[in-house]
Amino acid sequence: MSDTTVEAVQGAHGGGHGHHDAAHAGNPFLAHHFDTPRQQFEAGKFGIWLFLITEILFFSGLFCAYTVYRSLDPDVFEWGHYFLDTKWGAVNTGVLLFSSLTAAWAVRNAQLRQHGHLVLNIVLTLACASTFMGIKYMEYSHKFHAGLLPGRHFQPTEEVWEMPSYARKNGPAPEGFLEGKAEGIEKAEKLITRGHPYKFEAPPHAARFFAIYFCMTGLHGIHVLAGMIVWIWMLVKALKKQFGPTYFGPVDFAALYWHLVDLIWIYLFPLLYLID
Amino acid sequence: MAHDEKTHEAHGDEIAHALPVPLLVGVWVALMVFTGLTVWAAQQGLGSQASFTVAMIIATIKAGLVMSIFMHLWWDKRLNLLVFLGSFLFVMLFIGMALTDKSEYKPDLDRKAADEAAQSAQ
Repeated sequence: MSDTTVEAVQGAHGGGHGHHDAAHAGNPFLAHHFDTPRQQFEAGKFGIWLFLITEILFFSGLFCAYTVYRSLDPDVFEWGHYFLDTKWGAVNTGVLLFSSLTAAWAVRNAQLRQHGHLVLNIVLTLACASTFMGIKYMEYSHKFHAGLLPGRHFQPTEEVWEMPSYARKNGPAPEGFLEGKAEGIEKAEKLITRGHPYKFEAPPHAARFFAIYFCMTGLHGIHVLAGMIVWIWMLVKALKKQFGPTYFGPVDFAALYWHLVDLIWIYLFPLLYLID
Repeated sequence: MAHDEKTHEAHGDEIAHALPVPLLVGVWVALMVFTGLTVWAAQQGLGSQASFTVAMIIATIKAGLVMSIFMHLWWDKRLNLLVFLGSFLFVMLFIGMALTDKSEYKPDLDRKAADEAAQSAQ
């Protein structure tokens, strides 16, 4: 099959012209350098898996930073996670999981030449991606306004004990504490919970949490945006009814990329939002 | 290999393996359930180590479902799976090696912090 002697190559080109043999004539999306749709598909699949591996290694740099920083300063991560709203993190997780379903379903639609459903599933995937970015935007703006930013921009205007998530974990604030009354503050200083008094001061290097948070979710968000561009491209092709049982590779590969984006979020969510 | 191709071509060169809708929806439901479980587990106050371990186990189960079914690895050529898992091996190696000397510069940093504290106290 892969006879690369000069005569064989000349024979293949002189004799059949890759473009004009039966397999290529019947299939406008079969590229000339592939013999069969199966070969084209398998080559593409292997290619996208190699790309996904580079993506995993790409993110692993940030996961390494997370691991090193968290093992050195677990307090910083405990303090920082109170500022994240678990509810929105969970909603975003649900949204991305649903978009993985619609992406996988779209692959099925492409394979079965179900053009209408394919378009619907791609549109739903895009809608979920937009929802995800919208929620992220809302979370980011809150942090910008509260001064919860990395490095020298870290000037918090909120205290961790003002967060409802803090009260949920550490019990209600002592009476009068939140209003700044003297007896409240005295009670809070006596109340040692989870190794620190109710007034949990920002530990040294606290800004690191937000450096990690913005870098990891930001890089992930950029990947979501790139995925949306790919899906829009797939939508155009799907509207032109180009996909079928011998040509569905692009949808399959776009979905594989999308599942990877979902996989990364599956790990980011507990690592950032569900810290104990 | 050539023989396989001939039989495949005889069968119309089936490359498409459409996953059944109940399987897709079922996996999604399972993923949502595990998400709920991981949020609930985080609120049980298991302590730092245990809650991290539980969260990572649940995340890996979810990842396994997405990889094997949504990403079709269960039915794919083993090469794709091996190559993918190989990448995780290298990531473990990367993070593991980084963790072996995370405290390498701690004495210097502590000394610097102590100096700064002494200076600001003056």
